[in-house]
Amino acid sequence: MAASASDMVDRLGRGANSLVRWIDDRFPMSKLIREHATEYYASKNFNFWYGFGVLATVVLILQIVTGIALTMNYKPSAAEAFASVEYIMRDVEWGWLIRYLHSTGASAFFIVVYLHIFRGLLYGSYKKPRELVWICGMFIYVCMMAEAFFGYLLPWGNMSYCGAQVIVSLFGALPVVGEALAEWIRGDYYISDITLNRFFAFHVIAVPLMLVFLVVVHIMALHEVGSNNPDGIEIKDHTDESGKPVDGVAFHPYHTSKDLVIITVFLIVFAFVVFFVPDMGGLFLEHANFEPANVLQTPEHIAPVWYFTPFYAILRAVPYKLLGVILMGLAVLLPFFLPWLDRCSVKSIRYRGWIYKLALAAFAISFLVLGYLGLQPVSDTYTLLCRLFAIPYFGFFLLMPLYTSWEKPRPVPERVR
Amino acid sequence: MVRRVIAGLLLAASAASWGQDHGAAVAELRPANNDIGDIASLQRGAKYFVNYCLGCHSAQYVRYSRLGEDLGLTDAQVLENLMFGAGQLHDTMVSSMRPEDGALWYGVAPPDLSLIARSRGVDYLYNYMRGFYADPSRPTGSNNLWLENTAMPDVLWEMGGTRSAVFSEHEEDGVIMRSLDHFEVIREGSLSEDEYERVIRDISNFLEYIGEPIQLERRALGVRVIAFLLIFLVISYMLKREIWRGVH
Repeated sequence: MAASASDMVDRLGRGANSLVRWIDDRFPMSKLIREHATEYYASKNFNFWYGFGVLATVVLILQIVTGIALTMNYKPSAAEAFASVEYIMRDVEWGWLIRYLHSTGASAFFIVVYLHIFRGLLYGSYKKPRELVWICGMFIYVCMMAEAFFGYLLPWGNMSYCGAQVIVSLFGALPVVGEALAEWIRGDYYISDITLNRFFAFHVIAVPLMLVFLVVVHIMALHEVGSNNPDGIEIKDHTDESGKPVDGVAFHPYHTSKDLVIITVFLIVFAFVVFFVPDMGGLFLEHANFEPANVLQTPEHIAPVWYFTPFYAILRAVPYKLLGVILMGLAVLLPFFLPWLDRCSVKSIRYRGWIYKLALAAFAISFLVLGYLGLQPVSDTYTLLCRLFAIPYFGFFLLMPLYTSWEKPRPVPERVR
Repeated sequence: MVRRVIAGLLLAASAASWGQDHGAAVAELRPANNDIGDIASLQRGAKYFVNYCLGCHSAQYVRYSRLGEDLGLTDAQVLENLMFGAGQLHDTMVSSMRPEDGALWYGVAPPDLSLIARSRGVDYLYNYMRGFYADPSRPTGSNNLWLENTAMPDVLWEMGGTRSAVFSEHEEDGVIMRSLDHFEVIREGSLSEDEYERVIRDISNFLEYIGEPIQLERRALGVRVIAFLLIFLVISYMLKREIWRGVH
């Protein structure tokens, strides 16, 4: 009996091996697994900040899966959208959980991506040879903004409606083509059923396709040049006889097992929000959005969802709408050029001079303060503060060629610590 | 302080929407202190809701059958005590007053209350219901501290009695602000002050429950999910340590 059982395992193993060979002759399955997992070497000294890339992937998958489930019951029409969301919340089996996972996932996506970007700024992950990784990442971020904007209209709440009205009207500020462009985006003279339909198409098909494509390109580019690390040293410069970096460990099983811990910690925090504070006191799900869209009744205070508020604050800081729109666009565009704005040869903040440390701190603080200010109602004091804190935001990028060439970095060690 | 500001904002907004030129009435916003886990309170709230609110307001996303399930009532109890029309158990709570009639009779259609606690907050609802006072200048004979010139009449007057409000006025940045000084009882209600408080709290509680019927279950499930994840965290951490053992 025992002999025949081990015989069967043997035969199964041989069968599996020949199946893998059969596939490998026709598709580079084993090669892909080797190149991207079992023989992809990344530095062994990754710290806390290196967890957010995998978390962004996890949240992306979560958004796609929950999004598919939501579309099964959501109705993209002005007459039915709001009611269909409540139908999901009350009558669809587990619908409330799917919806909260998706709405919390949207905010979580931005949180992990902001921290992921900040990691790049800390350790110079945008620098040569990772310029394309960085630019591709910035395109992902812009896609996320579009995805979030289109998705926010779908519940057809009053804040969805007025928020979309405000954002689309920004295009109207452009000279000559502005009004026609805004009308073209809406497909109507105001935000209507037609707008909802096309935003739905963008939210569930066009932008997600682009996002997934860009994420694949982002990871392919990264795996071509190799991951950076907290010391900002190229681990490929020190290899053993077999060509394996001595300071690197294989992505699988080393980094995957570490990522599993990181993902679990993230899920604990995420689950806490989903199950105990899904609306985050009006920050993740705004109070005014529990009233259906109403052209005649504008919410007393319109603010975009928190992840857009730093840019919204910059928009409001400028008295001329067109200039505000241009500055807001510039605020999103400038980070694209970071690899060429930064003239310092050292990557990691561990060995950079005080000037960059100071500039990065000022930038991070201004981003957070602008985010807070963008949520507040307009007042003279707040507008003044918006202008004040927009200075370090733009200064960080525009003055970078200057202050990074004055910078006196410390010597960088040969090997990672 | 924050509450005062919020109250001021709400009132300013309501006053503005009604084209008022004098400042708004300000009173202290009191927390509702309701307990969504108190099933008896929710049952009483449902009773008051169908008796006093449903005449004009719908809760179009709330099903009677779900209500019965969540509030521990049998189908027969729901049919007998909560459903007065010739409806089906799986119907939603739709008022027999048509919105267009409401708009004609009151000037504004009474809003649907399914989500009112989520859009306005339960504290606001609690204070709004406590905020009625007699005002002969209004067509309904009553006004409200929290939504000045509200179209809604004081429907609970039989229980709570009728009272008039005495305001004090002061000037703030050139605007005359009114704030509540005290109430004067005109006619006693059938309930004592404490009993009436409880009625308002029960209705507030019920409104918070219908805003999101899953909320009790949601928290209970959350505890279990997080407990599982904590155990999984220990296991995944042990796995990680085992795999990284040889790495220095």
